[in-house]
Amino acid sequence: MAAKKKANKKTAAEKKAAEKAVAVTEAPAEPPPVEMVKIKVDGKEVEVPKMTKDWEGNPRPTTMLEACEIAGHDVPHYCYHKKLPVAGNCRMCLVEFGMPAMDRATRQPILNEDGTPRIDKMRLPYDPSLPRGAIACATPIAPGMEIYPSSDWTKQMREGILESLLINHPLDCPICDQAGECKLQEYSVEHGQAESQFAEVKVHKPKNVDLGPRINFDAERCVLCTRCIRFTKEIADDDALGIVNRGSYNTISTFPGKKFDNNYTLNTVDICPVGALTSKDFRFQMRVWFLKETKSICTDCGTGCNILVGSREEKIYRFEPRENDAVNSSWMCDSGRLNYKWVGREDRLAQVSGTRFTDRNQLGSWKVAIHEISEILRDAEQGSVAIVGSAKSTNEELYLLSQLAAKTGAITDAVQRLGSGDGFLSCEDKNPNSNGCRLTGFCFTEFGINTSKIEEGIKNGAIKTLIVFREDVTKQGIPVKLLKKLDHLIVSDLLPTKTTEHATYLLPGAAVMEKRGTMVNFKGRLQKFMKAVEAPGDARPEWEFLHELVFNVTGNNGYSTIEGLFNQMATDSKAFKELKWAEIGDTGVEVDI
Amino acid sequence: MIIKRRDLTVLEKSHIPAIVGGVGVTAKHLFETLTGKKKVTQQYPEEPTIVPEGYRGAPYLVKDQDDNTKCVSCQLCEFVCPPKAIKITPPGPDGQVADRENAEKMPEEFEINMLRCIFCGFCQEVCPEEAIFLQNDFSLTGKSREEMIYGKEKLLALGGQVEGIKKWEKKQRDADAQDVFPIEG
Repeated sequence: MAAKKKANKKTAAEKKAAEKAVAVTEAPAEPPPVEMVKIKVDGKEVEVPKMTKDWEGNPRPTTMLEACEIAGHDVPHYCYHKKLPVAGNCRMCLVEFGMPAMDRATRQPILNEDGTPRIDKMRLPYDPSLPRGAIACATPIAPGMEIYPSSDWTKQMREGILESLLINHPLDCPICDQAGECKLQEYSVEHGQAESQFAEVKVHKPKNVDLGPRINFDAERCVLCTRCIRFTKEIADDDALGIVNRGSYNTISTFPGKKFDNNYTLNTVDICPVGALTSKDFRFQMRVWFLKETKSICTDCGTGCNILVGSREEKIYRFEPRENDAVNSSWMCDSGRLNYKWVGREDRLAQVSGTRFTDRNQLGSWKVAIHEISEILRDAEQGSVAIVGSAKSTNEELYLLSQLAAKTGAITDAVQRLGSGDGFLSCEDKNPNSNGCRLTGFCFTEFGINTSKIEEGIKNGAIKTLIVFREDVTKQGIPVKLLKKLDHLIVSDLLPTKTTEHATYLLPGAAVMEKRGTMVNFKGRLQKFMKAVEAPGDARPEWEFLHELVFNVTGNNGYSTIEGLFNQMATDSKAFKELKWAEIGDTGVEVDI
Repeated sequence: MIIKRRDLTVLEKSHIPAIVGGVGVTAKHLFETLTGKKKVTQQYPEEPTIVPEGYRGAPYLVKDQDDNTKCVSCQLCEFVCPPKAIKITPPGPDGQVADRENAEKMPEEFEINMLRCIFCGFCQEVCPEEAIFLQNDFSLTGKSREEMIYGKEKLLALGGQVEGIKKWEKKQRDADAQDVFPIEG
């Protein structure tokens, strides 16, 4: 481009005026530049794009709210949500603003004495001493516009709106699950006033209403922002909710006799700015300010929705979606969200055990188990080992397993899990890391094709050692009778199964929320997750002891940190393009699948 | 403002008036004690100690005028407690029904570790329900550490009744006075 400009200059120098027109027509075919508009926010000039994308991704004029955000001013709002259509009904985002004055007759801007355009602040037509505010979420910006998000009038408007919203609010924060993450609380502190002018008795509405199997509704707390209605209609495609009754009796309701029951209902709890919609599952479980939030991913299906794990004192209380526009936007499905209770189950495997220890009345220990398994694998004949891994394991674990497989010449296999998808967030592939299984070289193409070979191998005595990770092979066509024929059955799992019962060595592993690692979702997005809670008892993250086994068996010493292990894996396998752990970021990166 | 120090007189510099005054006070106390006019010791524990008003003794849970548990398990005291002496188990979705039905919840378990407690009174100050008060007990004893962790029943029994705010009662009254809400039924 610079060269082109130079060339233009040369011609301009030679032929001057005549060439100028040519230079203009020869403009390079670049994408049209983003059209910018100059406005003032609180007296500070800012340039904002003229058009912005709306909730569906279609261009529409930038709103005052977005302009204020660019200028660094947060305008309080309840009904506006960037992932939902604009409703403009809560009025919380009212701001005072002004427009360049224009002469009605000549359509020319009126100038001040110093030559700058005169700005007229918007005033009520019937009382020019009062401002005419506009809702920032639905008012498009115009060139020369001035917005005053921190003026005295704006502050007064906010106070008034908050007072009105609180007329019938029960103020029962001590028993409200939303307390601590409630916009009504936050804005009352930031923008509200302590006193209310309303002396009348509050309208009492029904509390603890059963709106659906997972949703509890408190009509008194509702500010009627309609976020839940818009979400369920536009995003979940289930027009289940609406507002009924009139005036102060306005309330959210389902159609008579119907329940609010789709697989995305709990998202309405997240977007509800107050405590009107609360989760039945999380009801009175823990106050939100105690929860430690850990960035993780959901492993309920192949989508790999980004989540925040809310935990306190090694107990998981809830999952919440974490925004990632490349995967799950701001949402997640109910079945994934509620799939956390098994992590704290009483019968979690927490002790190294297996028949090797129980037969001799010994307590299992990692030291003995790792030492003996290393010897078994080191002395194993080529082809006498089979490994059944799992697409529920992380990339690092599958990478280490494939190294063991390469050393012992083992047959490897994983288990296919197919279910029904809904075309939105729930994926047909119920394994969270099928692609990782393939990319790390543990499995190729289809899963389950080697199971019959393994079965045959055990039958004819060729396979003497079977390693099973996170799967119950008795359900995959290898009966208990055959497992007993094996010399060694090395199993790692989280919960007891038929396979773990017969293990020679049983190694307790860690759930996704109890370790760090990476997975690749069904679209090929590599994502990492962080550790939220400790694994129970002696249980350890699988990559930790697999790393020790690989070192003992192959003699190759790798990294003993998850970061180093990932970096080593990324260097070894082409799929991960020599990525570094730190480069994955919170929202992941695309890899070729 | 700076106050200028007054120069001492010759007599004051000699310290004699101060010494005489001090000996006088001592002699007065000695006389009063010897003649039994004033007691300076107390026969604790035979005689109960009367603590001054506003004394910060052990924190106990209280019940309202109708003998209902006032605590709604909001866990603000647990949050604000500097030595982390308070541990509350919330009722969860299927917990016990609260004594006052419209208050919706009360703690399943409420524990205060009196060995950790520093009697600062933050719990009393933060409580939105006036359900916990630092009372007059200062002599807490137990034979084991476990015994010094006071549970909900023990705290309620020791705390007694305090009327205080009656917001839940008022709410119930207001709600009962209104017509049935249109969507009900």
